[in-house]
Amino acid sequence: MDIKYDRRSFIKTSTVSLGAAALPLTMVELAFAKPSDNFTFAYISDSHIQQIKGTQFVRNWDRGLIRAVAETNLLRPKPDFIMYGGDLAQMGNKAELDHGAELLSKLNGKVYHVMGEHDYYLDLGEYWSKLFGKQYYSFNHKGVHFVVLNSILTYDDWTFNRWPSAEQRMAEMAGLDNPNGSPFMVGDKQREWLKKDLAKVKKDTPIVVFSHSPLQKIYKGWNFWTEDAEQVQALLAPFDKVTVFYGHVHQIQYNQVGNIAFTSAMATAWPWPYPQSYAQAQQLLPKLTVQMNRADPFFERDATGWQFIDVNSGRASATFNLYNNSTRTVAFDPEAGHPRDLTYQDEDKRIAPQVHY
Amino acid sequence: MEPPIHTVRVATCASILSGLFAVGAVLAQPLGLPPVPVPADNPQTPEKIALGDKLFNDARFSSTGDVSCATCHDPAKAFTDSPLVTSEGINKLTGTRNAPTVINSAYFKLFFWDGRSVDLEDQAQHPIVNPVEMGLVNHDPVLQIVRTDPDYVARFKKVFDKQGEQVTMKEVQQALASFERTIVAGDSPFDRWYYGGDRNAVNDQVKRGFDLFLTKGRCVSCHTMEQDYALFTDNRFHNIGVGVNRIQNEIPEFAPAFLTAKSAGTDVDKAVLTNPKVSELGRFAVTESLDEIGAFKTSTLRNVAVTAPFMHDGSLATLRDVVEHYNNGGVTRKDDPVNDFLSGGIRPLNLTDDEISDLVAFMESLTSPQFAAQKAASANPISCNVKTTVADASPVTPTSQAVGGGEEM
Repeated sequence: MDIKYDRRSFIKTSTVSLGAAALPLTMVELAFAKPSDNFTFAYISDSHIQQIKGTQFVRNWDRGLIRAVAETNLLRPKPDFIMYGGDLAQMGNKAELDHGAELLSKLNGKVYHVMGEHDYYLDLGEYWSKLFGKQYYSFNHKGVHFVVLNSILTYDDWTFNRWPSAEQRMAEMAGLDNPNGSPFMVGDKQREWLKKDLAKVKKDTPIVVFSHSPLQKIYKGWNFWTEDAEQVQALLAPFDKVTVFYGHVHQIQYNQVGNIAFTSAMATAWPWPYPQSYAQAQQLLPKLTVQMNRADPFFERDATGWQFIDVNSGRASATFNLYNNSTRTVAFDPEAGHPRDLTYQDEDKRIAPQVHY
Repeated sequence: MEPPIHTVRVATCASILSGLFAVGAVLAQPLGLPPVPVPADNPQTPEKIALGDKLFNDARFSSTGDVSCATCHDPAKAFTDSPLVTSEGINKLTGTRNAPTVINSAYFKLFFWDGRSVDLEDQAQHPIVNPVEMGLVNHDPVLQIVRTDPDYVARFKKVFDKQGEQVTMKEVQQALASFERTIVAGDSPFDRWYYGGDRNAVNDQVKRGFDLFLTKGRCVSCHTMEQDYALFTDNRFHNIGVGVNRIQNEIPEFAPAFLTAKSAGTDVDKAVLTNPKVSELGRFAVTESLDEIGAFKTSTLRNVAVTAPFMHDGSLATLRDVVEHYNNGGVTRKDDPVNDFLSGGIRPLNLTDDEISDLVAFMESLTSPQFAAQKAASANPISCNVKTTVADASPVTPTSQAVGGGEEM
């Protein structure tokens, strides 16, 4: 009955704690890594900042991003950088992107950005690029080669020839199960660039790729999908350790395709259901993924959140901060050769659905 | 809005039964409350309850000899120290937190405002050795007394069949917890209406307030109810913008600094009651979970009209202030900045003045008959609720269900 306040017992409680308590867990596991090669970064995504009118924005989405930023700033040791995973805005206008950028400006540290479709389809990324720079790029950090792709492009005909206004183009791409929509893709030009970029990288260098849409095919109706995913995967195939992080899906997903480990990000705005709930169409949710529990609709932040990523020896472990819920950590398991949920992977360890009417 | 028929029957039976139980002085079950959960290793007995009662009121368990449990949990003040904002311990030292009532604490799942204690038994030991509460350096003086005072010696022998050094804090804490488990109170006008089927037990304003409680006020999501009873707490922790708002600019530096101090051995129990900033970290100070910065336990609403002031820091004087705080979306003054860590679910409610009055009237209908007299004299007089008409002075019959077993209460 006695509550112990020593640090060890807090580690066991599996909450997202400040780094001081949480990080040593994974850092000590990796005997082969040079400690100096290990690092962390924070990963925030899908805030969908939405203008109502003038300076009025949807409070709920604002609060989600504000909270993620404030919590990220508390991490100790400080993350090396912060990745923003896309869909900062909802309808892609300047007011939304400006307001989102203002909220993000409170982050202590370097922020990298990924393009989301909600940021893009109003002005084809023009204002976003003015604020955040290149739409696809790469950089090296502590021995890891990072690549950021703009994966939410689509067929030119859809983008340039079909819609009477930019606003309508944005609205059509924002819809789910929309017969007027179009599948996301990285496209020839970027794949060509990626090929050249990777040509300079040694095969044993760990690669971490960020995209907004999953670089795998999960469910087309909601664009949990990248049309040329296989071609991108083929470019990544020669490398020993590849990790792909993506946003867009507003839920925990993870998978392993060949040498590539996939992990998704939570949204700070709202959770999506898993695609199985839409039974009319084929879906390919990875069998590996242990799904999140259903969110409590009263708690606006439930099943939203952000994650911090611990990179050890070029392999990543993602800790998801699930508000009002138990934290989850999905880490690459070298023995199994794929990511595993550290707590809930085994079926008998999962939290049973509640019986409540 | 009328209560469903089947609830009426169940509840009526329950109230009759609870009257019978109360005679047995063990497990009273007033209208609107479930059976009291009792741990298997600490069964209720009349002698143990009486022993706990005596311990609860014994001021010798403090360094100055004048503070007992009952000092801050005064039966005459609905087991609080109302109207104090934060509690006064030895030498009038004040802590950082408002004394929560013991009434119905038997149903809670975690104890203290930040849930740092897991049951009533564990909870009971901490105030004794807190420097701003009862101020002992350790529990030895307590054991010295209970092992030598002839009345205690006889009682511990009878209750636990233990004497001398066999009597430890475990037995002391078990007896205290057993006593506290008898301090339960339902049977409020609301209960008589909603669970008892008496349409005249509350007036229309209360019924309107209850409707708001379930709907536009969004109250019931945390102050939960069940079909046949209502504890009005989800036993969870939420940042509702009280206390933490005062230190929000300091959190980026202060929260990590606190954790460093904690891993170096800072005693959390002492820190939260003596350091105002640590106190405002709420449950985070206990769990280190980012989700719980500035989060405190959802209080029950039962007898809330007699336990003013409100919130963990006693910072809100009236029930009307409380509703206005929620109506503002988690800030006490409308234009104050909302804290970054505010719990989801707390947002502006757009309640009108009349609706706020209705909600206050509803909360005032949750006073159990045995505390109704205190309501009249409490620091939160109905007059604070400017728009409220005086709630009906329903005929109140003090019954033996009231505080079953606590004869002196």
